[in-house]
Amino acid sequence: MTFVLNRRIINGSKIDSELAEDMVKAGLDRIRSCIQCGTCTGACPSGRRTAMRTRQLIRKALLGFRDEVLSDPDLWVCTTCGTCTERCPRKIDVTEAILYLRNLACQEGYMRPEHRGVSVKLIETGHAVPIDDEKWSKMREDLGLSPLPPTVHSYPKAVKEIQHIIKKTGFDKLINYKEGKNDGKT
Amino acid sequence: MMAKHRYSFFLGCVIPNRLPQIEAATRLVAPKLDIELVEMKGASCCPAPGVIKSFDKETWLAIVARNIALAEENGLDILVLCNGCYGTLIAGVHDLKDPETRARVNKILKGTGHQIKGTVTTKHLAEVLYMDIGMEAIEETIIRPIEARCAIHVGCHLLKPSDIRPWGVVEDFTVIDELVELLGATSVDYKLKDMCCGAGGGLRSAVLDVSLDMAREKFEAMTQAKVDCLVNVCNFCHLQFDVGQVQVNKEFGTDYQIPVLYYTQLLGLAQGFTPKEMGLDKHYISVEPFLEKIGMSV
Ligand code: SF4
Ligand code: SF4
Repeated sequence: MTFVLNRRIINGSKIDSELAEDMVKAGLDRIRSCIQCGTCTGACPSGRRTAMRTRQLIRKALLGFRDEVLSDPDLWVCTTCGTCTERCPRKIDVTEAILYLRNLACQEGYMRPEHRGVSVKLIETGHAVPIDDEKWSKMREDLGLSPLPPTVHSYPKAVKEIQHIIKKTGFDKLINYKEGKNDGKT
Repeated sequence: MMAKHRYSFFLGCVIPNRLPQIEAATRLVAPKLDIELVEMKGASCCPAPGVIKSFDKETWLAIVARNIALAEENGLDILVLCNGCYGTLIAGVHDLKDPETRARVNKILKGTGHQIKGTVTTKHLAEVLYMDIGMEAIEETIIRPIEARCAIHVGCHLLKPSDIRPWGVVEDFTVIDELVELLGATSVDYKLKDMCCGAGGGLRSAVLDVSLDMAREKFEAMTQAKVDCLVNVCNFCHLQFDVGQVQVNKEFGTDYQIPVLYYTQLLGLAQGFTPKEMGLDKHYISVEPFLEKIGMSV
């Protein structure tokens, strides 16, 4: 019987050798000490019901599989519960590492439409979950509360302040926001 | 006379805009505990740690900083009701302690009329009740003990990451159990009590099937433990358990009927407020069976 062992060839041009270093610079200074023990995966409530493997995401990031890890939908099934971070024997802030990778994924344009929708609401109202239907104001009044809360909803100037911040950080560009041209659906 | 305990009251998004019953209940129970809730006028989304922080940390930090600056202008520490807002604000306070980060963020805030100095801290309702008010003072306000079996859901971000939390423990955390039992109720152990509700991290908005599957597992365990209600200290967990329970029943063909109460609603009942004043008629899963058990009705 003959069988062929196919070696997995890692194409050097696809490796981002800077990724791990960038993570270290972003404050994830212990990331390189990962021993691939899998404790993070074992602790993960999302991994228990999906194909997401926390250890694998960390491994891929460390190896510089940038495109592979940033385009991986599994990056988005983490609830940010923080259990992995608490249990990692190397004291790696695994949850923050996932958030860091998600930030990069968004920069590469990998963003769920629902998440873009939440961002549009934040830009337009200052609330990620705004009062967008009269029924919510009516419910507030039923409970003896003011129809609008004393948040950005009552202070148009405050919404302008949020938009000022968003322009400065470039968040509007990040999510490809065009004024007046958003369906607002979430 | 000024109240003994004063805080900048941070509402966030979900409480005022989707679950105002929690806001109403909290505003009613606070004066009984000598708490004054001072408004943070013009506060925005915290912003949500699972979504906005996932997309762009710098934007997240700058908006958190603006919210913290509003509390600084009040000269009062922040009180939050939501574990997500708590996670964001406590991390914001922590990150902005670094002078370099603060200077960078203040540059972004320039033009908003706010600057951050780093003079206030953030406290969750549970921390305020347990550490600032104290069990004895809470007990004094109770006129109608609640005899019921409660499943307590603490929620992830109240405890984690533990290095910037005041509790000193992550597992065997009993503060919420103690607060519930103080009202005469029993905290019932159930499988996966410490597990996440499944709502966070942007899952409820974009990966609903996975999100609901987590809640489903918890509902099953709570049902097996024969509880009368679920008590939580986070409105996002509350939303997941109340609205999400209806969705779980639809998606999985189950028929879970576990009434979901936020802690201040339960406390309010024990302080003599009516179920209606606590907004219990505004729930998605009927609270009636629980009220019947404790001899009340909506
Ligand atoms: S628990 Fe920590 S050391 Fe172990 S695989 Fe996960 S990140 Fe690496
Ligand atoms: S923070 Fe994310 S990856 Fe870590 S255990 Fe929780 S769900 Fe899993």
